[in-house]
Amino acid sequence: MSLLEIENLTVEFKTGSGYFRAVDGVSMSVDKGEVLAIVGESGSGKSVSMLAVMGLLPWTAKVTADRMRFEGIDLLKLGANERRKIIGKDIAMIFQEPMSSLNPCFTVGFQLMEALKEHLDMGKAERKARAVELLRLVGIPSPEQRLSAFPHQLSGGMSQRVMIAMAISCNPKLLIADEPTTALDVTIQAQILDLLVKLQKETGMGLVLITHSMGVVAETAERVSVQYAGQKVEEQAVKNLFRDPHHPYTAALLSALPERAKGRKLPSIPGVVPGQFDRPKGCLFSPRCQLATELCRTTKPPRIDGALCHYPLHDGVPKNHPGKEKAA
Amino acid sequence: MSIVVTARDLARYYTVSRGAFSGHATLKALDGASFSIERGKTLAVVGESGCGKSTLARLITMIETPTAGSLNIAGQEIVGASPAALRALRSRVQIVFQNPYGSLNPRQKIGHALEEPLLVNTTMSAKERSEKARAMMASVGLRPEHYDRYPHMFSGGQRQRIAIARALMLDPELLVLDEPVSALDVSIQAQVLNLLADLQERLNLAYLFISHDLSVVRHIADDVMVMYLGRAVEQGTRAQIFDNPQHPYTKALLSATPQPDPERKRERIVLTGELPSPLKPPSGCTFHPRCPWAFEPCPRINPALLAHDGSLVACHAVNPPEPSMKAA
Repeated sequence: MSLLEIENLTVEFKTGSGYFRAVDGVSMSVDKGEVLAIVGESGSGKSVSMLAVMGLLPWTAKVTADRMRFEGIDLLKLGANERRKIIGKDIAMIFQEPMSSLNPCFTVGFQLMEALKEHLDMGKAERKARAVELLRLVGIPSPEQRLSAFPHQLSGGMSQRVMIAMAISCNPKLLIADEPTTALDVTIQAQILDLLVKLQKETGMGLVLITHSMGVVAETAERVSVQYAGQKVEEQAVKNLFRDPHHPYTAALLSALPERAKGRKLPSIPGVVPGQFDRPKGCLFSPRCQLATELCRTTKPPRIDGALCHYPLHDGVPKNHPGKEKAA
Repeated sequence: MSIVVTARDLARYYTVSRGAFSGHATLKALDGASFSIERGKTLAVVGESGCGKSTLARLITMIETPTAGSLNIAGQEIVGASPAALRALRSRVQIVFQNPYGSLNPRQKIGHALEEPLLVNTTMSAKERSEKARAMMASVGLRPEHYDRYPHMFSGGQRQRIAIARALMLDPELLVLDEPVSALDVSIQAQVLNLLADLQERLNLAYLFISHDLSVVRHIADDVMVMYLGRAVEQGTRAQIFDNPQHPYTKALLSATPQPDPERKRERIVLTGELPSPLKPPSGCTFHPRCPWAFEPCPRINPALLAHDGSLVACHAVNPPEPSMKAA
């Protein structure tokens, strides 16, 4: 049994002008000891789908799914009290902005020990010892003194370490890291990523890494799910994804990276991600896709070889494609 | 060959108050930077937050005056220049900021935002201004109907195009780009980088490109300056910096940047610790507490920027301190 199983998850937000579908039929599963990366541009619904798992979405959101299970427990039918026993203990999350995710009014120690008090049956001295141990584990120097520090006294990298310490405090089985290094400098990013992977290996937890950086994906993930405009367009093992992307969006995204550029001109993807009002009828990527045909524009694509596309690429060649003439 | 800007030992210190009972402290935001940029070339400034990149941008754009050193723009010395001369010079250097939404007035139509520099600095008639604004919009890839729209109606990439168009309205020779693509998604980033390359070619612009993203710098730069705590630690051409880095900090930065290639396994130099406070910089070489190569002279003597293997490097391990030894 997988640790986390999601099937056909859809999240819609109620807005002034009707429902906006932020996540559209996403399925995924995470096993114990596995690193799954969810990659996509802003607005692709990668954070929202994980917030739905955590139950942290506002009341304007409508969450529906065929199945959303954690260790066999149905997260959709879970009441608020039962959910609180799992969230923060067995499923923990690290948020993007460490500076604004910590409460500025309380010390680091208080915030760390609060989670321990809530979830684990520990005495006061025990909690303190555990908090010191956690801070040492994430590489914070002189942890005893840091317990009484307030968040504003810490740098961005240090705050993110505290966030990680807080997330792993109750030995979670599943850790969701939502852009854990986006706000940090490169050398600090390298430290944090190494720390996350090390912790994941040591504790054998499942790790879901949400990111927009292909570099971070390549260096940390085992399996990658690519999201576009709320849909999962492709899922593959990391090496295969970089070697032979099946969905044209993945292929275009990879070739738009400056590292892969051959000349001065980058092969960019024209246009922008569709919003609430200009959602295409057929394939959501069709207005920006170079291979789009009439079929793509009118009919929703099937899932072939793990890619949501009528003509998935194989070694750069679209399968069953009628030819360039008809594409225009 | 025409040089647009030349800086010699440019420095900017700030006096910081540390409360009622302790005296003032001097923060050396920028401590001696020397470089020159030719027309049609790009100098990239790389470094982590707090290394003085943005202070440099403020000096070059004449928002602030340097504390020491000399700055020569388009053949004129700006230190000690008359206000009238400065006023004339300011239109020749323009800046594009990181956050395009924060740098556009939300209540001003795009057309008017573009015309404003002309209104202030030239004697053009309203018709000429409007014509020039429309021509500029076309050249950065905006459609004519965007003229009457407000900033909130645009996507991030389009807003950055508007910011670039506004910076170009006065036909500057030098464009300071302060992290112009770091707020953008990969596919949009490629579009903006292509636009910048295209404009540079067409208008023979000089760019001062400030970034922390080494993969973008590698793509766009001709020369690179790596900074650490207000000082340049290594300066050279793109090929020298990326293919043959000398300074340990440059090496660490390069190895910390995630590469989008899962099959390449390389040794990573992970720097320990964080950037020290610029108020209390370490003695000698400011990098020595984090440096894997640090040895005896490093905490005592601040290394000078000396030529080595074609680039300029400030490191005792590369250029030994005793002149009798093989100093370059």
